[in-house]
Amino acid sequence: MTTDAPAIELKGISKAFGPVQANRDITMSVARGTIHGIVGENGAGKSTLMSILYGFYKADRGEIFINGKLTPIPDSQAAIRAGIGMVHQHFKLVENFTVVENVILGAEDGALLRPSIAKARKLLTELAKDYGLNVDPDAVVEDLSVGHQQRVEILKQLYRQADILILDEPTGVLTPSEADQLFRILERLREEGKTIILITHKLREIMEITDTVSVMRRGEMTNTVKTSDTSPAELAEMMVGRKVLLEVDKPPATPGEVVLKVEDLRVSRGGVERVKGVSFEIRRGEILGIAGVAGNGQTELLEVLGGMIPAQGGTVSLFGEPIDITGKHSNGQTRRARGIGHVPEDRQDEGLIMPYEAWENVAFGYHKDPRYNSGILMNHAAIKDDCVDKMQRYDVRPPNPRLPARNFSGGNQQKIVVAREMDRAPDLLLVGQPTRGVDIGAIEFIHKQIIALRDQGKAILLVSVELDEIMGLSDRIAVMFDGRIMGERLPSETDQNELGLLMAGVTEGAA
Amino acid sequence: MDKMPKWADVLLIPLISVVLALLVSGLVVALIGESPVRAMEVMVRGAFGSAYGWGYTLYYATNFIFTGLAVAVAFHARMFNIGGEGQAAIGGLGVAVILLGVAWPHWTIALLAAIAFSALFGAAWAAIPAYLQAKRGSHIVITTIMFNYIAASLLVYLLVNVFRVPGSMAPESGRFAEPAHLPSASDFAGFLGFPASAPLNISFFIALLACVFVWVLIWRTRLGYEIRSFGHSETAAVYAGINPTRIIMISMLISGGLAGMMAINVVMGEAERLVLDFVEGAGFVGIAVALMGRSHPVGVVLAALLFGALYQGGAELQFEMPAISREMVVVIQALVILFTGALDNMVRMPMERLFLALRPRGAVGAEANPVPTSPVEPHEPPKVDPQGSDR
Repeated sequence: MTTDAPAIELKGISKAFGPVQANRDITMSVARGTIHGIVGENGAGKSTLMSILYGFYKADRGEIFINGKLTPIPDSQAAIRAGIGMVHQHFKLVENFTVVENVILGAEDGALLRPSIAKARKLLTELAKDYGLNVDPDAVVEDLSVGHQQRVEILKQLYRQADILILDEPTGVLTPSEADQLFRILERLREEGKTIILITHKLREIMEITDTVSVMRRGEMTNTVKTSDTSPAELAEMMVGRKVLLEVDKPPATPGEVVLKVEDLRVSRGGVERVKGVSFEIRRGEILGIAGVAGNGQTELLEVLGGMIPAQGGTVSLFGEPIDITGKHSNGQTRRARGIGHVPEDRQDEGLIMPYEAWENVAFGYHKDPRYNSGILMNHAAIKDDCVDKMQRYDVRPPNPRLPARNFSGGNQQKIVVAREMDRAPDLLLVGQPTRGVDIGAIEFIHKQIIALRDQGKAILLVSVELDEIMGLSDRIAVMFDGRIMGERLPSETDQNELGLLMAGVTEGAA
Repeated sequence: MDKMPKWADVLLIPLISVVLALLVSGLVVALIGESPVRAMEVMVRGAFGSAYGWGYTLYYATNFIFTGLAVAVAFHARMFNIGGEGQAAIGGLGVAVILLGVAWPHWTIALLAAIAFSALFGAAWAAIPAYLQAKRGSHIVITTIMFNYIAASLLVYLLVNVFRVPGSMAPESGRFAEPAHLPSASDFAGFLGFPASAPLNISFFIALLACVFVWVLIWRTRLGYEIRSFGHSETAAVYAGINPTRIIMISMLISGGLAGMMAINVVMGEAERLVLDFVEGAGFVGIAVALMGRSHPVGVVLAALLFGALYQGGAELQFEMPAISREMVVVIQALVILFTGALDNMVRMPMERLFLALRPRGAVGAEANPVPTSPVEPHEPPKVDPQGSDR
């Protein structure tokens, strides 16, 4: 093994899915013992490239060299043999197995488990000591926090003797402090000579931890630079191909009368209380941002307000008039009739019907609107006209109302939802994760729309796990943890650290 | 996706599937020492070679249109209604009740009453499994199958103990009165040469009307929009304020009603009395018809025609070629169901790949996505403006 050869070298990798060129002639080299970042918009081809490296796909052309040696990777077994480990965005753990059971899963030494478990336990102790990867080997995975579950994923790869770790959007589910801990672990791994590829869309993380960074755009690797030689603004420009406003430009808020008042709201799902007595209000011309790590009750809060699930207790009122949140008239239709718009957290499962054409989606939820109907039949021509109009004003590309929703990019899908929900100028707009999986250009556009709606004197409830987004858009910030609001802050009077502590459930007294 | 033109999706693929099924059937026929070519010829001639053959083919097709539409409507709400068999049987009960109970002056009024009662009874039979699914989460496949058995047993009981003509040994009702008899093909289309013995009757047109009804319902009304939305994604439907219980109930009621209407053709149009086991598997064939017809009324008519021809041609086959028994005919029909329904993807995937390869820009790497749940980011539409959409 030549020690000065790059850990990974890709030469001329190309991959097409039918007429779509997902990767085009990609050449990349990552030195041993470094952290290499890959950034790019959705659909730029990052995941395809990593899938090729990990053997999920076969490249049409090109060669992979591992430690200077030509290494064909036809399947993930070959990738593991070549010392490549992958930590997926969505963990692949058996929830009711213990840590040690998960670690040996698929890498058992024989038919009997006992020797493998003993061996793994010993190794886990060593790994914990070497890298600061402390996890109780006998804890059941579902009892662990998300951050610890991610450590189990990393341990799994190290147990398989991975020298090269690929991490796909690893901080998406972590609190800021958990993300910090992850970065400390990655630094230790780097010191021990491991090579790490970090795929992320958060430029701040790229700047903080990587040594070198590659930018992908439209299936091509457009730039590779030393991290110390670049800046977030420059990276963003390389990703999009034009100058981008990273900061949201917004005039100060002028709050008016109270639009939404929520008192002591309680919501259970699957027998577990998810929202444990939440109270807040939003005024005209104001954006209230709800920060928090995913899974702390924000989803249920949005779903109750949007009429998707019933609440178990508490009251909600709009302009002082109570809203039915438990009865059989609590549904999405009655909410829309009251002037509540809802951009749901998951556009693919909730906000859109993916096989429906764009125009059919434009009517979704508003299909009883008299404008869209004539008698008992739906007026398809009227809906299509409206769709063409909305596509033009909300810059949906391609502006083709007959294209099924699944064929639009994430950003354009989201624009269809945003157009539908915002264009009626609802008194209250519920927005969940408005820019998840959306490219930078579309993020800019959607943020502008949200602020424009606020400036029309509408109330907006914004739920997002992206702290930057919350801080950039909100006029007030409430932090949710374990079904409760831990505190409210003004964006001008707080910072990421304070919010991060609140997101982790640390209250003022303890902090 | 949009990998194939629509004509290939709705016509070419079913056609290839049928050809494959017939090839395998031919192999089976050859194995028992008969000539596949002659068997094929007998079947085609039996089904389409004479007005008499057409009279039977279209009669069977009428049944399958009703049951196929029933399954198709439920499919749009992602309900798998396997209970067509039982719903049709109970629909027959409704026809018998109203035609025996009232002295009808003319067949037209009697037909309207029979439509109403067959649909009502069929819908009522579907209502119980639908309610159990909507409110209790009992799986509709299990409950509708069980209701088929209950319906069959109920019919036996009623025919033996209630409807049987006193003194008769046959488990069947008395004949309906003369004014309630539907015109048969020889009455309204005798000029085409339909003999009086052919069972085709005016219900065929009711079936075609039902197709129009289903098309308008599913693709032109708000209810149809809600049914399709719910069928594609329940969470999205809930987000839009569409009530799942309501959609499950309504779609299953319509489905059961359509299945029940099959009895108009058999009980009122052909037997002119309620007989035992008159559904004869049409409820199950309806599943294959809906699958092959891709839950679209036009597809359902075409698929129903194919299965009507298989039934009629199969009957001729066992008559003219005694070595090919009734069971062999069932094997052939089953092969068609297997290839068009269950093995649909076997033909579809290579065809999609072929169409991709034939695309002008797709010459490179026209390989289908091997991992369905892959971590690949959503791609730009292949068909529409591949460059311009990526800003």
